[in-house]
Parts: sequence; C-alpha cells; structure tokens
Amino acid sequence: MQTNVLDYLEKTVKLVPNKIAYANEKESLTFIEVYNSAKSIGSYIASFHLCKQPIVVYMEKSPSAISAFFGVVYSGNHYVPIDEEMPQYRVKLIFDTLQPQMVICDDNTKAYLDEMNYSGKVCLFDDIKTYTIDMLQLQHIKEQTLDIDPLYIVFTSGSTGVPKGVVACHRSVIDYIENLSEVLQIQSDTVFGNQAPLYFDACLKELYPTLKFGATTYLVPKKLFMFPVQLIEYLNEHKINTICWVASALSLVSGFKTFETVTPKYLRTVAFGSEVFPIKQYNEWKRVLPNARFINLYGPTEATGMSCYYEVNKEFSIDEVIPIGKPFHNTEILLLKDDNTLAKGHEVGEICIRGTAVTLGYYNNPEKTKEAFVQNPLNQAYIDIIYRTGDLACYNDEHDLIFISRKDYQIKHMGHRIELGEIELNVHELEGTVHNCCIYDQDQEKIILYYVGNKETKEVKAYLKAKLPRYMLPNRVIKLEQMPLTPNGKIDRNYLKKLYKEKGKI
Amino acid sequence: MDELLEILEDLHDDVDFTTCTTLIDDKILDSFDIVTIVAEVNNVFDVQIPAEELKPENFNSAKSLYALIERLEEE
Repeated sequence: MQTNVLDYLEKTVKLVPNKIAYANEKESLTFIEVYNSAKSIGSYIASFHLCKQPIVVYMEKSPSAISAFFGVVYSGNHYVPIDEEMPQYRVKLIFDTLQPQMVICDDNTKAYLDEMNYSGKVCLFDDIKTYTIDMLQLQHIKEQTLDIDPLYIVFTSGSTGVPKGVVACHRSVIDYIENLSEVLQIQSDTVFGNQAPLYFDACLKELYPTLKFGATTYLVPKKLFMFPVQLIEYLNEHKINTICWVASALSLVSGFKTFETVTPKYLRTVAFGSEVFPIKQYNEWKRVLPNARFINLYGPTEATGMSCYYEVNKEFSIDEVIPIGKPFHNTEILLLKDDNTLAKGHEVGEICIRGTAVTLGYYNNPEKTKEAFVQNPLNQAYIDIIYRTGDLACYNDEHDLIFISRKDYQIKHMGHRIELGEIELNVHELEGTVHNCCIYDQDQEKIILYYVGNKETKEVKAYLKAKLPRYMLPNRVIKLEQMPLTPNGKIDRNYLKKLYKEKGKI
Repeated sequence: MDELLEILEDLHDDVDFTTCTTLIDDKILDSFDIVTIVAEVNNVFDVQIPAEELKPENFNSAKSLYALIERLEEE
C-alpha cells in the first residue's frame, strides 16, 4: 500500500525520466531533474537533523519551487508554501504561528527575509539544489515516515485576523489524488495548464496527478489571465488539454468574447470550482468545446482539496445553478441541520465532510481546530471526526447537492476564500477609525469597506495594502459620518448592503 | 484623458498614472482592474474594448490606453 506521495515520483521517474514534468516561461524540469534536485534538497535539510518540522518554501512560482516542495518531503518535514507577493506583515503573522527553523528562498525573497530579521536558517534554492545526495539517509527517513505525518501546511484567511494553517498528511493527499484523477480521467498524455497559486491547496490538482501519471503541467503566467486572447493562444501553443481553474478565470475569457478571435484547440477536460460558474458563461465554453467534459468541483482546504464533483451533462437555464453534485469515492457528506440531525428531502443543512481526506486541523491552533473538526454528532460510540464547512446546501430531485450560501461572513472573491472579519480586524487596528464593516457585492464581485473615523480613505487604503494580500483589499473604501446600527447595537450589514445598492458605485 | 485618469485613480489612488508606463510589467494592474477598466471605459466613453485589443502594450500606461480608446472611437 502506498504511504508516501514520493512513491508517485519514484515510479514515474523510472518510466519517463526525460519527459517534462513542470514548466513555465523561464524554465522546464524533467522528472529526473525534479527527482534529483528534490533528493539533493532533502539531503541538505536532513543534514540539520530537522524532522517533522514546517519548512517554508518562500519562492517565486516556478518548477524549481515545486521541486523544493518534494525536497522538503524527502527530508521528512512538511513544506509551507508562502506567496512571494504577500505583504511582510502577513508573512510575519504566519511565521509567528509556525516558528519555522528553516526557509528555502530565492534571491528576491531572501531580501524580504533580511528585512524581517528572520533568525532561523535561510537557504537559497540555487545553493542547495545540487547538494550531495545521501541516499541511505533519505531511505531511512522515508521508512520512518508514516502516512499520517504532515505533508504540507497551507494558510487560509482567518476571521480573527490571523491566517489559519491547514495541515494535511500523505494519506489524505493520496486519497484525494486517486479519486480526483479518476473523475478527471487523467492519463500520461494529460497536459495541464495550471492557474492556481502554489500557496493554496488548489494546485494539488495538477502537481500530484502529474507525478502519478507522468503527465506535464505548464504553470500559466499570471499576466495572461488579464489578456484572454493571449491566454488561449498559450493553451494552444502548449497543446494543453486539461484545465482546473477558478470559475472567474473562465468567465473572464468568455465574457470578453475571446472566442470570436481564438478558440482552444486541445481542451478535453475543463474543471472549475471555488465559486459559481454562471450558466451564461458555461454555455459559451460549451459552444466552442462541444466534446469537452465540464466538471464542477467543490471542497474546502480543510478536506485536502475537492470533496464533491458534478459532470455537467444536461442543459441548464440561465437562472439555474450548476450543482456541486456528489462526494468523491471514500468521502461522505453529512448535511446537518442546526439541531445536528440530517436534512431530509430538500431541507437545507450544513455540509459536513467525513473521510480520509479530512485534514489534521489548524497548525498550533487547538481552539479553532476544535470548533470545526468535531465528533460526528450521529455517532457517540467511537472516534469519528467530521469537518464542518460552514457551507449551506440542499439536495435537488436528482439527489445532487446544491450550494446555497455561507453560514457566516466568509466570501469567495475572484476564486479566493476570504473572511470579511479578517479585513475588518485589520481596519480596527488602525488608529483613527472607530467603526468599520465590510460587505460583499456578489453581482459586481466587489468588496466594500465602510468605516467611521478621522482617517482619509487614501490613508486607510494605503494601510491595508501593507497588511493584506492583494486579493483581500476592498475594491471600494467609503467613509461614513456614522455607522448604521441594529436595534440591539450591532452594525447593520443589511442596511449597508441596501445603501450600497441604492447609491450604486458612490 | 481626465475622465480616464479618474477611472484609473479610483482603482489605485497611490499611483501617478500620468507618468507610469509599466502598469502591467510592474504588476500594478491585475485582472480585476482590467475587468473594471473595460467596464468603466464602456460606461464613460461608450467604447467596447474587443478581446484582441486586450494586450499588455495597450494597458501599460494611461497614454496608450487613451490612444486605444481614441482609435476605437474613430472606428
């Protein structure tokens, strides 16, 4: 039985050593190159006798960064990918949680680390990628590694203002990759066009099936997602046949009428997720790709990646939503009502996930872990952990799950999961602001921040830029004389939403 | 030109759009900004920027973007 994700790499490198595994516009790495640099990096880290520790990979999105991930795995530690464009303040928050003893970086990020006064071990990827391989040591480490040991930690928005690190183990990732690959029908001739950043779980969809099947992943330059004609030309140039993108990236292409100029020639599988894909845009894609499979994916980071899928195989009217469908094999969805009993018929309940793909919780954060990773309320006889997503859903007549809304103030904005509370807490810390509240305009896909205080909107914006990643920055910042309150003294979000709708774009 | 600058400054009020010529190259604008700019240009100038004109050189400076709008207005 496979207990380590590296078995995928070791099997494939024997079959297709010289095939390209990962490529971007600057470099491409074959499987043997990935294998060798991963073993070198693993040997280097192991020489410090670090074991089961978080090792931060703080690098530009690149094939090298991916081989650094596997290097960390070889060393018996778990990798923590960090967004190189993240503001320093937030990187510090994450480092406070992790207390990492080692960071692998490139020339650019090394300068950031120096500014941060990070005191742990800093190593440049280029300096360690050809370090002498200690095969005996690596084999020993692999034998000591269990499939319940952590593989990676990825950070997600936290409503308390501090990002939460989700810890996933080998077994969860193997379970996910096996079942996802079956649904997406991945093969050795699959050519992925990756869109997701490496610092989210979303990139697992490309990274690991590539290892398992000896497929190829192109890391599509981020810039192209602004220029849809060039994006489709890129897909054609590299004969990309499989994409798993956030729905907003697909909508951008079809919404700009790109297909009047150029159409994708090789795409056979189009998976989308993380947010609603409007039927109007789906129809455009289906029109130019009548033979492609379209698959809606749903799942939270806390259950490794995706938990449910729905292959679109019928027509939808413009006002319908594409279901999130059924759980993957070896995953169960419990739809629990407020009284912790199962939703019946078309009743609405919270999506709760059972299975091997449920992760190990939040790193160094037992309180938050206890809130969301709980004993299955339907079973008191033995340990049976479920993850409560906070997503509300119901079943349709075909017994497919339909996503309805969130229970709280978490939103999906351009494919990113954001707690509005995290933005609000950061504004709260700014002196000179009294009250503040964020709302989300779903139709226009805009985050709107209202605040009361003596700071100018310019100052508030500049302050937030230094604190939050770009995708979390409010698109509108509006100063109010006073904050509308509900009769029991809470900020009246509904009134603010109404105010925004009426005044339009202010 | 002033109307265009207003649209751009609304997105990033800390950028000097009259001088900056690396809006794309220096990652000042992101895909969300492009979507907003295209929509606003349509509102304000009644000009629809077609997909084939969405390329870095047209968006790297306010000047080049304005030239594009003028060109599209004439067509």
